[in-house]
Amino acid sequence: MSVIKSKVDTRDAEFVANAKAMRAAVDGLRLKVARAAMGGGEAARARHSARGKLLPRERIERLIDSGSSFLEIGQLAAWGMYGGDAPGAGMIAGVAQVEGNACMLVANDATVKGGTYYPMTVKKHLRAQEIAAQNRLPCIYLVDSGGAFLPMQDEVFPDREHFGRIFFNQANLSAQGIPQIAVVMGSCTAGGAYVPAMSDEAIIVRNQGTIFLGGPPLVKAATGEVVSAEDLGGGDVHTRVSGVADHLAENDAHALYLARRIVANLNHPAPCRQLDANAEAPAFDPEEIYGIVPTDTRKPYDVREVIARIFDASRFDEFKARFGATLVCGFSQLYGCPVGILANSGILFGESAQKGAHFIELCGQRGIPLLFLQNITGFMVGRKVENAGIAKDGAKLVTAVSTVQVPKVTMIIGGSFGAGNYGMCGRAFGPRFLWMWPNARISVMGGEQAASVLATVKRDGIEAAGGVWSADEETAFKAPIRRQYDEQGHPYYATARLWDDGVIDPAQSRRVLGLSLAAALNAPIGPTTFGVFRM
Amino acid sequence: MFERILVANRGEIACRIMRTARRLGVGTVGVFSDADEGARHVRMANQALRIGPPPARESYLSIDSIIDAARRSGAQAIHPGYGFLSESAAFAQACEAAGLVFIGPPADAIRRMGSKSQAKSLMQAAGVPLVPGYHGDEQSPHMLRAQAARIGYPLLIKATAGGGGKGMRVVADDDGFDDAILACRREAQAAFGDDRVLLERYLVRPRHIEIQIFADRHGNIVHLFERDCSVQRRHQKVLEEAPAPGLTPERRESMGQAAIAAARAVGYVGAGTVEFIVDRAGDFHFMEMNTRLQVEHPVTEMITGLDLVEWQLRVAAGEQLPLTQERLGIHGHALEARIYAEDPERSFLPSTGRLIHLEQPVESTHVRIDSGVEQGDEIAPYYDPMLAKVIVWDVDRARALSRMQQALRQYRVVGVANNIGFLSRLVACPAFQSADLDTEIIEREYAFLFSLPGEAPHDAVLIAALASLLRESNTSAAARCAVSTRSLWDVRDGWRLNASARRELVFRCGDRIRVVHASYRTRGFRLELDGQACDAHAELVGGANLRADLGGRRLDATVVVAGERRHVFVDGQHWQLVRVDPLESIADIAVAEGGLVSPMPGRVVELRVAPGEPVEQGTALMVIEAMKMEHVIHAPSAGIVRAFRFSPGEQVADGDDLVDFEPVVRSGDAGS
Repeated sequence: MSVIKSKVDTRDAEFVANAKAMRAAVDGLRLKVARAAMGGGEAARARHSARGKLLPRERIERLIDSGSSFLEIGQLAAWGMYGGDAPGAGMIAGVAQVEGNACMLVANDATVKGGTYYPMTVKKHLRAQEIAAQNRLPCIYLVDSGGAFLPMQDEVFPDREHFGRIFFNQANLSAQGIPQIAVVMGSCTAGGAYVPAMSDEAIIVRNQGTIFLGGPPLVKAATGEVVSAEDLGGGDVHTRVSGVADHLAENDAHALYLARRIVANLNHPAPCRQLDANAEAPAFDPEEIYGIVPTDTRKPYDVREVIARIFDASRFDEFKARFGATLVCGFSQLYGCPVGILANSGILFGESAQKGAHFIELCGQRGIPLLFLQNITGFMVGRKVENAGIAKDGAKLVTAVSTVQVPKVTMIIGGSFGAGNYGMCGRAFGPRFLWMWPNARISVMGGEQAASVLATVKRDGIEAAGGVWSADEETAFKAPIRRQYDEQGHPYYATARLWDDGVIDPAQSRRVLGLSLAAALNAPIGPTTFGVFRM
Repeated sequence: MFERILVANRGEIACRIMRTARRLGVGTVGVFSDADEGARHVRMANQALRIGPPPARESYLSIDSIIDAARRSGAQAIHPGYGFLSESAAFAQACEAAGLVFIGPPADAIRRMGSKSQAKSLMQAAGVPLVPGYHGDEQSPHMLRAQAARIGYPLLIKATAGGGGKGMRVVADDDGFDDAILACRREAQAAFGDDRVLLERYLVRPRHIEIQIFADRHGNIVHLFERDCSVQRRHQKVLEEAPAPGLTPERRESMGQAAIAAARAVGYVGAGTVEFIVDRAGDFHFMEMNTRLQVEHPVTEMITGLDLVEWQLRVAAGEQLPLTQERLGIHGHALEARIYAEDPERSFLPSTGRLIHLEQPVESTHVRIDSGVEQGDEIAPYYDPMLAKVIVWDVDRARALSRMQQALRQYRVVGVANNIGFLSRLVACPAFQSADLDTEIIEREYAFLFSLPGEAPHDAVLIAALASLLRESNTSAAARCAVSTRSLWDVRDGWRLNASARRELVFRCGDRIRVVHASYRTRGFRLELDGQACDAHAELVGGANLRADLGGRRLDATVVVAGERRHVFVDGQHWQLVRVDPLESIADIAVAEGGLVSPMPGRVVELRVAPGEPVEQGTALMVIEAMKMEHVIHAPSAGIVRAFRFSPGEQVADGDDLVDFEPVVRSGDAGS
């Protein structure tokens, strides 16, 4: 295999400036993540601990294998939303190993509004289940939640992708042989009661976990019966009388121990393909990515420099290097696993799209997973390319991306604008995981273009009506549009809404992509049948 | 030379004899009791035969079984080693009667040296100097008292038939004499069936120096110089060395000649040792002759460059001694330390168990290990608890001492208590370093030798934590898949997205809980203990050895895992810590499985305990009859029955609470 020769000069002033900016962005990211990880804040955490309960992150640390990686998703879910009331959307989710099995963990954080489900909480829970389904990961739910966040019931209860979908998914995951395990460590009220009830095996903590369709106040209101929470649906009742749960635990630690025992007895098949942790590392320091990526997303740079800092031994065999050069395609290995890489190096032309579709066909044929490094302002526009049928070339790429059956993982390393997002396997195209760098931007088009397009339409309207629109007026018109696009295109806005699975430190790209791919390989790769390619 | 010999012994000496036999092309037959079926000496022998059950008197001391084994195996000669039958005249005779060569002296020489009083009179006649004393048969109190007055105090009273410290008393003056005599006689009668005693001058701070001699059947006798075995614990040798520090060539020569005279006086053949007690002035007195190869013979081998077992075989085969006195010389200095499975902190109580981990010093021209055990061996309670001997050699005593210290530091034994730490302190002890030797050195230096090590130092705790963290990566479930590579998900480096994981590792050391906080770093960890932090990394070299770096200090350590226990060897010391796993420690929480409620409607038949009675977990509390079956209600945990809610004969409904039960939390069980 060829090895990428880096032309990067780490003493170059621009490199130094880029690195400084990216480091600041990464520091900011880590700070936000650390803040979100504190959940409902000091007072709520102290109250929670005082009840003898472990904090949700402590629960996860004890549940997973000592030293296991934890690929967390949606770390910054609900960031800046709901008045900042729901850090992490009140839930911790991600993939980690339990007794040597990669599992999807979903833990309610009762320090955040009693662990109730905000719209983003529901979305995060469903996303976790989607990942579990696609990658065949056993699910462990650490339940400690008061159910739906009632003030926003219209956004969490009625629709297709709302609360009920959690149980629909549990039933179907179980049907597919993906184990569903619940550990009831707190409330599990109303609809929430179905999380343990729909599980294959459930554990409940004595004098702490409760499962009931209606809590004591509701029972009293409805029937006048006065009953304690423990007698209504506590651990003793459910493991001895009702059978809603299977194992009674004395405390959190005991419950987690029992959960580990359950996983140990799953006999869940090991993935047929493994990623080799001892594979050769890239020949260059991954942190050099900081200096390579320009602060201005419009500025071009050689994406091979990034590839050289992520993949095994910086090896890269490029495909069709001389054709459609704005889309770099080629083969490499990630932790010993062969991968096909598609990485943008400028806007997409018809040729680049054709090449991309061709390359995806190759990988589909060969069963090689695909990695998309997305940095795309969009497709070329203009009469020449439209008349040449760039739309049908773009459609070829989109068809290939949509229908290929090998695992796909997307990392947005720069801009993600317009139809480029589609061709490069955006969220709608079902990548197993989608990660974003903190310098990334995502919107239907750039803020400047959007403002100009809207201004042109407006000017045309005014002028058609015989009016006059001054340059000052136009500037004033464009400013808020630009501001809106800037704000909404920012990765934190995106990640808060779970358009991605998380914002990551570029220097951790190799490990994040590796763990994602390794999780993806948990599921067998099916045969590909492509749709009709418009020729 | 013989074609095949039987080694009527076990442990290191059996292995050591076989080593020489193998080198000389002599076949070896081992013998074993049921306790030694898989022992090292059995594995080493060309063939091995079972000779009986574990107790020595039914196996290694059973003359008939051993002679029978020799016959069955076709061995021509028997090497008795030391201990067991090595000084049994009856055995030597039995060998002869069976047409086998006993590799040792004639039975008669054994018998004559075996009786202390007879030996002493023989020695007196041969002009070998004796400690002033009385060895007569006239045992009347009056006579003994008169003799005591003649010899002078302090005075030693010993059983004539004695040995091993039994029936022995030191009397400081005239006043204590009568009581001491009575006590000695009682002990002697009980131990040896013979209450005769002898009296000797008690030498203050004497040294124990012995001469190795060798005689052949052709009348040649040589001495192979001396060994200083002054370092003793209750008359058991602990450290031996050769040559004896400070011994002048003249004195060596006269001791050598005295020893030869002693051997000649009993018609000695083979290897023997004449033990002398040496007073502060340097005057030496005959104590006894050991008519066998000694445990400490390797120090002589190291300074003479000879193989004494080879000489034994040659002499037994009728050959002349390989060398004459003029051709023998001393080269350098050698020390031997005996590694015992015994607990110095508990009065050297022998320790038994499985050798979970055994790492011995690397052998070289300077270091020799005579070992009878290997990792995984069981140390049974039936025999002498000596595991091995470390013998070191160098050009002078100072260098040999440093070799010994290094060798002891390299020893790692887990599974049985052992005296390695004690030996290290002994070698480091100033009195020993400066060769201020006498048989009371251990008692005198007690404070130095038994200063308790205190609590485990930072390093030991940090090393234990590091080892745990490193091992996690190796013990992951990677083996589940038959793939040889290590899967990315099986890496145990605590990787976190946009954060770093922080772990808590809890160890118990004695009564103290030590908590190490570990944060994962790109390379290694940041470890925090008692408010002090350092960057640490390490690699596992082989199973248990660690090459560690603690805040820029390079350390080699070994951490052996035995259940929850962590044996940490660092800086020449051995520490024991117990890993407290917050999940595992609750694994045995006994959940009261609704045991105190009625399982179904029925009738109380019987109450099995009285209210107020403390009960253990699982104790039957009451019996209920339902559906023609008896159901026993058990205590869900240890606790106290406060009251029964039903009496015998009463009906109970499904789910009725039956017992007011108060579980007890035992001290030490609480917390994690």
